[in-house]
Amino acid sequence: MKISKLSIVLLGVALVAPFVMYPVLLMKILCFALFASAFNLLLGFVGLLSFGHAIFLGTGGYVTGYLVMNSGLSPLLGILAGTAAAAALGAVYGKLSVKREGIYFAMVTLALAQLMFFVFLQAPFTGGENGLQGIPRGFLFGFIDLSDNLNMYYFVLAIFLFGFWVINRTIHSPFGQVLKAIRENEPRATSLGYNVNDYKWAAFVISAALSGLAGSTKTLVFQLASLTDVHWHMSGEVVLMTLVGGMGTIFGPLVGAAAIVGLQNFLSGGELGNYVHIIMGLIFIVCVLAFRSGIVGEIQKIVKRNFS
Amino acid sequence: MSADYVLETQNLIKEFKGFTAVDDVSLKIQRGHIHALIGPNGAGKTTVFNLLTKFLTPTSGRILYNGHDITSLQSAAIARKGVVRSFQISAVFPHLSVLENVRIALQRKEGNSFHFWKSEKVLDKLNDRAVELLESVGLGNFAGAKTVDLSYGHKRALEIATTLALEPELMLLDEPTQGMGHEDVDVVADLIKKVSKDRTILMVEHNLHVVSKLADQITVLQRGAILTEGDYETVSADPRVQEAYLGVAVEENGA
Repeated sequence: MKISKLSIVLLGVALVAPFVMYPVLLMKILCFALFASAFNLLLGFVGLLSFGHAIFLGTGGYVTGYLVMNSGLSPLLGILAGTAAAAALGAVYGKLSVKREGIYFAMVTLALAQLMFFVFLQAPFTGGENGLQGIPRGFLFGFIDLSDNLNMYYFVLAIFLFGFWVINRTIHSPFGQVLKAIRENEPRATSLGYNVNDYKWAAFVISAALSGLAGSTKTLVFQLASLTDVHWHMSGEVVLMTLVGGMGTIFGPLVGAAAIVGLQNFLSGGELGNYVHIIMGLIFIVCVLAFRSGIVGEIQKIVKRNFS
Repeated sequence: MSADYVLETQNLIKEFKGFTAVDDVSLKIQRGHIHALIGPNGAGKTTVFNLLTKFLTPTSGRILYNGHDITSLQSAAIARKGVVRSFQISAVFPHLSVLENVRIALQRKEGNSFHFWKSEKVLDKLNDRAVELLESVGLGNFAGAKTVDLSYGHKRALEIATTLALEPELMLLDEPTQGMGHEDVDVVADLIKKVSKDRTILMVEHNLHVVSKLADQITVLQRGAILTEGDYETVSADPRVQEAYLGVAVEENGA
């Protein structure tokens, strides 16, 4: 993979950002950027619209939160466990859903996610409506105090970069080539001898695992695992982020997550706080009607038109 | 006995609700032949293709490939055995490059198609072979082009190159010249002739000019059943065929 100038600039910005902006907001953006990128792997590169992806984010969060709080797991092991749990759930849910296409796939993923939502609502170890609160951030490698926001920020940044790298590598791998072929023409991929459902399933598991990674990390940042993260609203929000940023582009979900999280943060602090949902809805409508390829997609088009 | 035949169907039947699309079809495709499947619209030609490649499941009957029963295999598994099909509408991957289209087919045998942790650069070693295949269908200069920008005739040629990449023993071509201008038709017909060496081809084709030029053996379908079989002279002389198909086709061509 070529490391472009753009990536270096972005990395530079990410390294100095916590000195300019509130680190917790930045960490929130990074977690959602990873979540949206993982989601985009399915939507943008395989053509599967999952409408229950929040369940993987939330499962990662709950498992990490519970183990760190009750079993005294270190933050790194806690995150690994959360990611593994999300991957395992993704393996089962993927098996059940990839055979379906289009709206049916979306409905199956939504239904399965709702199933787990009620588990998290009712199960004794999740804290029900209150969720898990006061989860300790702990010490990384036993000596780096993560309760310090700056330390935590760089930890989150490292996780984000790792996850983002995995997604990029997957897209630009032999496996990614097959995924793109399936997205482009599924019957043809079958007629070339590929068991397309196996490939879709593998992509689903990778996407679920990385969504879990995002959720586990987010749980440590906010020291909280709650029903918000497994609610279908969250599944809708990640669709919004991906579409606003630009589905099927590498940086689109990142930009989309930053835009949506930033906007929510900005609005909730001001007088328009009560209108967040209406404003988000309007943005979504405008985006779908006028900027169908999203912010990054539109920029790419302009660059292509004028510079090549 | 059956060694002479690459593919055989025995009493193949496909019923949809209240309608028999393929009615007791027993085909024998001889090794090395170009075998054409013709018939009026709705005669069940494409349905037969879909049954042979398991894009549809037969209601009853058997499919034998090199003497082995493949009736219960999945589509992708049949393709891996060496029966590779094309589609009526051109089956390419539009937003991949022309080279990548062929490489996808070559890649399968490499066994790295699930390797998501490797760089796609590992596929570069297949480029030479891919270019070779593109040259064999006259697309050598288009390797870097985006597939969606190709002309229709070129897309069909690319499709054949992609199919050839799998080195299929039996190629199933569904209306390879459909929707083409005269020049493209001849180019593709020549191409089919060229690639038919060392392999067997079963094709659905409407263009009788192409059929007469290429086919060693012709099976005429009507309302899902076999009307008659034989070489072009035999089949075209059959009054039933003239009534059911040729008469109509001549009128169409005249219009």
